[in-house]
Amino acid sequence: MSLPAYTSTGERIWFYAYRIFCGLVFFFLIAPIIVIIPLSFNAVPFFSFTEEMLRFDPAGYSLRWYNDFFTNPNWQGAVKNSIIIAFFSTILATFLGTVAALGLSRSDMPFKSTIMGLLISPMIVPLIISAAGMYFFYSKVGLQGTFPGVILAHTALGTPFVVITVTATLSGFDQVLVRSAASLGANPTTTFFRIIVPLILPGVISGALFAFITSFDEVVVVLFVGSYEQRTIPWQMFSGIREQISPTILAVATMLVLVSIALLTVLELLRRRAERLRGMTPQ
Amino acid sequence: MNTGTAYPEIVKTADGIPLKVSLARAQRKSKIRGVLLVLPLFAFILLTFFVPIFDMLFRSIENQLVPEVMQNTSKLLVDWNDQSGKLPPEEVFAAAKLDFEKGHAERTILRVGRRLNYEVPGFASLFRKTARRAKDFEPPYQDAFIERDKRWGEIDTWRLIKRESGAFTISYYLAAMDLAYAPDGNVGMRSEKQRIYLKLFWRTLVLSALITFLCLILAYPIAHLLSTLPLRTSNLLMIMVLLPFWTSLLVRTTSWIALLQQEGVINDLLVGLGLLSDDGRLAMIHNATGTIIAMTHILLPFMVLPLYSIMKTIPPSYMRAAKNLGATPAVAFIRVYFPNTVSGIGAGCILVFIISIGYYITPALVGGTDGTLISNFIAYHMSISLNWGLAAALGVILLVIVLMLYYLYDRVVGIDKMKFA
Repeated sequence: MSLPAYTSTGERIWFYAYRIFCGLVFFFLIAPIIVIIPLSFNAVPFFSFTEEMLRFDPAGYSLRWYNDFFTNPNWQGAVKNSIIIAFFSTILATFLGTVAALGLSRSDMPFKSTIMGLLISPMIVPLIISAAGMYFFYSKVGLQGTFPGVILAHTALGTPFVVITVTATLSGFDQVLVRSAASLGANPTTTFFRIIVPLILPGVISGALFAFITSFDEVVVVLFVGSYEQRTIPWQMFSGIREQISPTILAVATMLVLVSIALLTVLELLRRRAERLRGMTPQ
Repeated sequence: MNTGTAYPEIVKTADGIPLKVSLARAQRKSKIRGVLLVLPLFAFILLTFFVPIFDMLFRSIENQLVPEVMQNTSKLLVDWNDQSGKLPPEEVFAAAKLDFEKGHAERTILRVGRRLNYEVPGFASLFRKTARRAKDFEPPYQDAFIERDKRWGEIDTWRLIKRESGAFTISYYLAAMDLAYAPDGNVGMRSEKQRIYLKLFWRTLVLSALITFLCLILAYPIAHLLSTLPLRTSNLLMIMVLLPFWTSLLVRTTSWIALLQQEGVINDLLVGLGLLSDDGRLAMIHNATGTIIAMTHILLPFMVLPLYSIMKTIPPSYMRAAKNLGATPAVAFIRVYFPNTVSGIGAGCILVFIISIGYYITPALVGGTDGTLISNFIAYHMSISLNWGLAAALGVILLVIVLMLYYLYDRVVGIDKMKFA
């Protein structure tokens, strides 16, 4: 967008001021995430740039924090736990959420909006309150400090995302397709697997990704419902920042930024695919 | 409608059942199928989420411990008039001796002491001291108790036990609102020094409002820019909003610690540029400033996205038409563009505000003492002071505030309109 020739000086100043302000906001958004990447290659245990780093002296850089991450049993255990917990809670949440979304998007579902409101409430209630409730209750029934406890808690937190994304996909779903499948002789099971599933799959996958990231990123609930045995990466980062702050956290953070870039790419690809498919659906 | 037409026969399906009946049956079946699909998740959420929340509600008022452990005493205290100005009769002291003896053997009496200590400091030590010797007490028990500790001769001690020997208590809620029973049994404000929570709730609301406002100020221009730029450029810039949104909040909090701390990047930069002397480094972290900066950064995408989705729907021709009709850019903005974005502002502000009043992690890591929020105190009572009743009461109050805000959100945007990037 360039300025037309007739703009007045005042408008010009205003326009550039606005652009500069926006530039600064974008800088504010992205700089903190970029800055930890070089810091994670620090050769000394500081959280700031050393003189060697600023002179681009190779001696100022090292991989020691990455090395620490890959050899330290605390971190390796955390990675393993994070993956186990996120994997199981994603599977459970995706299954339960997708099935419920199929029911919720039927036109004859009674009390639809009330049920929807109840099902997505784990997303609405502040995490500290969910964590408090689960901590009290799960310790009573013996689930506190166990893997099943953390997995169940994370599943509850992840399902709203699956329900919302899958119902959103289903709302654009053309019911005529189901009827035509039936009229062409397909039984409900065949219709489900051959017609419905391929069409809602992008929604299910992005819901699953949301559920995965919810569990993978979640720290409040795991701090209370879990214990050291169930430590996840965020758990380890949280206690690391609180106790002995070491740049290994920066190395972990850098790797997590790479994970989120990968995730963002996958979601964008899914979105484009969905858009393309929607373009193909006869309106 | 032509009323003259009458259908001679009831329409029937192939197997002879009236169509109406058959249709109703099919519809009922389909409805049941829908309910059966939703049922598993509903049961799951009920058990793993709602039951714990209700358990917390119950925990914030339940008081089983005292009447259970001091069962003899509490039964007899019901008949004692605490306004009579007299100590409870000798049977009560005898019952208390029994309860102390049994509680000491079962190691439960000290828990009662700790519980009553929340009400009046000193009860834990009083109970510990008494429990150790209770089995050697000889009648008259009143004298034995008073000899062990003269507080047993004070009416207020017995008033407290009588008050807290019911199965339910409101004292956690009183504590959560900085209220307390005066020794005479009336409810009043706590002394100035002991007031914590009202101030804390107020601070949580003020900081959340400030963070929401900052997010709005920062998000509005960039949402506008994103919605007016050509798609290719705006998609590229959108990544700068979405990448922080998708990055773990611990990563973002960590990087703010690296940036803001005394020996951190920003202070080093300012000292390096000569703007600050080495001993004049700014304290930007472990205080309210740290909480505000880091949380504004973390919540900014939650403001940008709803604003963007609203602004995207405003046709650029509106502004052109306004200018065409003689409005200056400022007037066109205030009278035409801004009113069209109000629903987006409402959605974004309520969303950011709701998220920030329940925020725990970031204030816990960068908040120090004056940047912590109510949720940090809930966590403190859960894991450090172990006053679970108070933690539950604070949680319930916070939950009520959040639910009221969500009701507002539902009114403004509708919860089912909630979407993600």
